Amino acid sequence: MSDMTNPPRRRLRLGTIMDHAILIIGVLVMVLPLVMLVQMSSIPDTEIIKTGPSLHFGDQLDDNFEKAMFGATGFSGENAGTRMLMNSLILGIGFAVGKIVIGMMAAYAIVYFRLRFATLAFWVIFTTLLLPLEVRILPSYEVVQNLGMVNTYHGLIIPLIASATATFFFRQFFRSVPEELVEAARIDGAGPVRFFIDILVPLSQTMIAAMFIIMFVFGWNQYLWPTMITTEEGMFTLVRGIKQIVQVLEGNRVPEFGRANLLAIIAVVPPVLIVVFFQSWFVKGLTESDK
Amino acid sequence: MKKAGFTQAWLPILLLVPQLSIILIFFYWPAAQAVQSSFYLQDPFGFGSTFVGADNYTDLLGNAEYKRIAWFTVIFTVSVTFLSLSLALLLAVKADKVIRGAKGYRTLLMWVYAVAPPVAGFIGLIMFNQSWGPITRTFAALGHDLKIGVNYWDTAGAMIAVSVWKQIPVNFIFFLSGLQSIPRSVREAALIDNRSASSRFWGVTFPLLAPTGFFLLIINITYALFDTFGVIDTLVKGEPGNNPMTLVYKVYVDGFRGNDLGGSSAQSVILMVLVLALTVFQFRMVERRIHYT
Repeated sequence: MSDMTNPPRRRLRLGTIMDHAILIIGVLVMVLPLVMLVQMSSIPDTEIIKTGPSLHFGDQLDDNFEKAMFGATGFSGENAGTRMLMNSLILGIGFAVGKIVIGMMAAYAIVYFRLRFATLAFWVIFTTLLLPLEVRILPSYEVVQNLGMVNTYHGLIIPLIASATATFFFRQFFRSVPEELVEAARIDGAGPVRFFIDILVPLSQTMIAAMFIIMFVFGWNQYLWPTMITTEEGMFTLVRGIKQIVQVLEGNRVPEFGRANLLAIIAVVPPVLIVVFFQSWFVKGLTESDK
Repeated sequence: MKKAGFTQAWLPILLLVPQLSIILIFFYWPAAQAVQSSFYLQDPFGFGSTFVGADNYTDLLGNAEYKRIAWFTVIFTVSVTFLSLSLALLLAVKADKVIRGAKGYRTLLMWVYAVAPPVAGFIGLIMFNQSWGPITRTFAALGHDLKIGVNYWDTAGAMIAVSVWKQIPVNFIFFLSGLQSIPRSVREAALIDNRSASSRFWGVTFPLLAPTGFFLLIINITYALFDTFGVIDTLVKGEPGNNPMTLVYKVYVDGFRGNDLGGSSAQSVILMVLVLALTVFQFRMVERRIHYT
């Protein structure tokens, strides 16, 4: 027994060092690209095209920040960073809130009510989990176009909500809520609306928070749909703007790397901060949504 | 549904209306349209369309370029899935093992989850920049000239590398939570039975992770097929040319750029069938239970 609890010390140490070495390499691979982005936005564009990324940090960070946030390159001049940041926030928050509200309502109806067509509703809703928007992207665009919703916020957000991930998630959670709660509520004379607002919603707080984080990041990071549905520069999100950034880089003799890199950083920072700060909720929501 | 449910008739319908109307308008209507227009040939100038039966499908399946893209999609999907799963598993096993700095490692390894695919592609463009990209330089030092956007397989390699980088965090999170849910008693029993760490891993830990791994397999295939659009579009700078592309990218290129609505719709329908087949497969596997708990 003593032999087992105290394995040879040397070997253990070597093993631990190896473990850390592998983890550190992994961390470097994950982190270095972002450090490189920051470094490149701190030096003048002329230096970038000569040396590329290096270990030298310059003093251009605030200059480039200024350019990225308030300068505009497009035809209409409406694609400044602040505008794109606002659009990204509208998309991220609008998508997350819409999805959670609609999903909770539908899940409540499916789990807590006797419905004659419950099975049908269930299948109609959950088939949407199977086909991602990318598969039906063109006809979706046509539908939105026919409804005159191109270049509008609702045209951007609502079609993205047309999938049942949140509904499914809340259905799983509601089913795990003890039966006695409903019975108790009914004995106390609480109707379904009261029960939902006073008991179920407070009970779901952690789940709502987790869903919000996942959905916000998902909405914020949308690319293909915004690329198709927003053609006016005033409607661009930061992530949608990446496409333009790349094309601008192509055209110029001294490409505006500083501005481009800074915009990429701004596009990355808010969702990363949310994921890092609310890590435990986020991980819980992610790993539990799929069981 | 709960046994002790409510019996109101109108309220649940009211609650379901928003969800149902959104998916009817923005899911079923477009999906039905895709199926319908896959049997028509649209006039490129918008003057009506002609019913052509299954022509769009037979054209596609006989098309050499489509076959080539389908093959590339298979290679791409297999590489991305295999590499991101195995690297994430390695990191998760190590992160589960170390005591010092476990939380720090976890955070630093998972933050890339929040990076949007096109931003990952943009970072890739810098790493693989023709004249000064760090990776290009490394390869040059090793004697290979990377030419992203020019050389087919170089570009393919960059696409795979960026897509794997972006996908490792998700897999890492799931594997780590899977590892941490293995009961202590099982670990201790394995420690007693088996002294060799590697046979303990393959004999005990790995099979216990099988449900997680299988679930992730499907997630990763779907990711490689659909969510890598942003990576690919950015890496080829929106100009596919002779560069490698996946089937989803082709749907977009033909439909949106080439105005070939019928052909693009037929491709959409083929992808839908593919995804449905994948899901049926998933359900059947889950039913057969690779669960041990």
